[in-house]
Amino acid sequence: MSLTRHDVENIAHLARLAIAQEQLPVYVDSLSKILSFVEQLNAADTAAVEPMAHPLATQVQRMRPDEVVDVDRHEKYQRNAPSVAAGLYLVPKVIE
Amino acid sequence: MTELHRLTLAELNEGLRARRFSSVELTRHFLARIERFNPGLNAFITVTGERALAAAQKADATLAAGEAQALTGLPLVHKDIFCTDGVLTTCASRMLSNFIAPYDATVVERLSQAGVVMLGKTNMDEFAMGSSNENSWYGPVRNPWDPKKVPGGSSGGSAAAVAARLAPAGTGTDTGGSIRQPAALTGITGFKPTYGRVSRYGMIAFASSLDQAGVLTRTVRDAAMLLAQMAGFDPRDSTSVDTPVPDYVGGLEQPLAGLKVGLLKEFFEKGLDEESGRLIREALRLYEKLGARLIEVSLPNLPLSVPTYYVVAPAECSSNLSRFDATRFGYRCENPQDLLDLYKRSRGEGFGDEVKRRIMTGTYVLSAGYYDAYYLRAQKVRRLITDDFARAFREVDVLMGPTSPTPAFDIGAKVDDPVTMYLNDIYTIGANLAGLPGVSLPCGQSGGLPVGLQIIGPHFAEAKLLNVAHWYQRETQWHEQVPRGYE
Repeated sequence: MSLTRHDVENIAHLARLAIAQEQLPVYVDSLSKILSFVEQLNAADTAAVEPMAHPLATQVQRMRPDEVVDVDRHEKYQRNAPSVAAGLYLVPKVIE
Repeated sequence: MTELHRLTLAELNEGLRARRFSSVELTRHFLARIERFNPGLNAFITVTGERALAAAQKADATLAAGEAQALTGLPLVHKDIFCTDGVLTTCASRMLSNFIAPYDATVVERLSQAGVVMLGKTNMDEFAMGSSNENSWYGPVRNPWDPKKVPGGSSGGSAAAVAARLAPAGTGTDTGGSIRQPAALTGITGFKPTYGRVSRYGMIAFASSLDQAGVLTRTVRDAAMLLAQMAGFDPRDSTSVDTPVPDYVGGLEQPLAGLKVGLLKEFFEKGLDEESGRLIREALRLYEKLGARLIEVSLPNLPLSVPTYYVVAPAECSSNLSRFDATRFGYRCENPQDLLDLYKRSRGEGFGDEVKRRIMTGTYVLSAGYYDAYYLRAQKVRRLITDDFARAFREVDVLMGPTSPTPAFDIGAKVDDPVTMYLNDIYTIGANLAGLPGVSLPCGQSGGLPVGLQIIGPHFAEAKLLNVAHWYQRETQWHEQVPRGYE
């Protein structure tokens, strides 16, 4: 599998990653190598195989009662935010 | 007091309880060693000296009052992937280089409750993505056996710290070998429990169906002591398993007579360093002498574990790392023009090359038109590999083989080719895909560098695995080897 520069630009956009123009060829090359490498998987006969998402077959997602179990710590959490005002997280203007 | 760093965790525990030394003396001793040796190793991102001394003072008071918990007063380091309330928690990323965790991970909380004293947070590959510790925003960690060599990764800081006797033990995480491989490359013991055995709460997520917390220690006994406190159900982790924790330390001395050891045929094929292979076979002969029966087993789909992993892990990573949006926490770029620019530049500047590579790989394999060809197929092969292991464990009690194809390699040797780097994990990834527990033990030296013996067990067979591994350390002295200059 060989990716083009345009493919990588598109993937970077979907992943919300700014990649410098001069770095693009490096990613074109390494991502193409990785995808070629994983193509070995085509050799396996998977016709009758159920996909496996979780290593413990008998485990199921637990349910819990919908109850408040934690205290309000938004002030503490917001100390890590790059920009806040009046308890709100600030981002560049979205709506004119 | 110059000899305190030579003692194991179990020996230190005994000394503390017999009041031969205090936790403050012990903590000061290790902090002094960190100050002296860390500049050459770069094993720490944060050293929490003041906090450690305060905790040690408290521990001494607790010991004096006769109210000690299982690990009261014992120093330890945490991989910087675990959230520690009020302490910088970076995951070795510029993205989190300003992040003060607002709560403790369950692993940290349980070990604190058991009385440990945290000395600091250790360096690692950024977001645990790497096998050499070269992918850190804080620079590479150096191997105490040879500063030109990598210590392995991603838990390379914890491994280097324990190998150089800057701490008696460290926590780590293992998504594709990140505890076992650095343990092998630095000549220490590394234990990865069954998926779901130790809580992932507060452990910064990389690939959630593979991530598991464990320990890096000098001995198997020390690993058993720590795991006894870390393991167990946690309602805050949705995949934590609610099953009793057996007495890990109490089971160590069980005789091995009749043990059935599977030799993984695929692990001894091409690519394995010759001297490493010889040492592993020697270790197997020792088990035979201890009463074990060796049975060759084949896991035909195991060679596909690396390509399977490099679809599944990046896919989960691209999803997990979407939370880093420069809005609620983490690095934010200068002067964002609009919201899209804020996301793209903050993430582009905040993540390192390997993390970006994996996010993009994951984005691609999950994207429309490619999902079935890559992700779904990898999940199917994951089942084939898991079934291979299950079949093997119907015949044998444990599987043995090498941990890593070669001893530690040169810093910089593999950074240009991601695929060559990924193949380092060829022997460790299978256990992660199948969710199995595994341990790496030092079993000799190749070219003056440590070699690791890997033992893999069935789900929740931690007690058995510790028991089998402990016998090796009863009969050999490899775990007592110290890199020159750190004695």
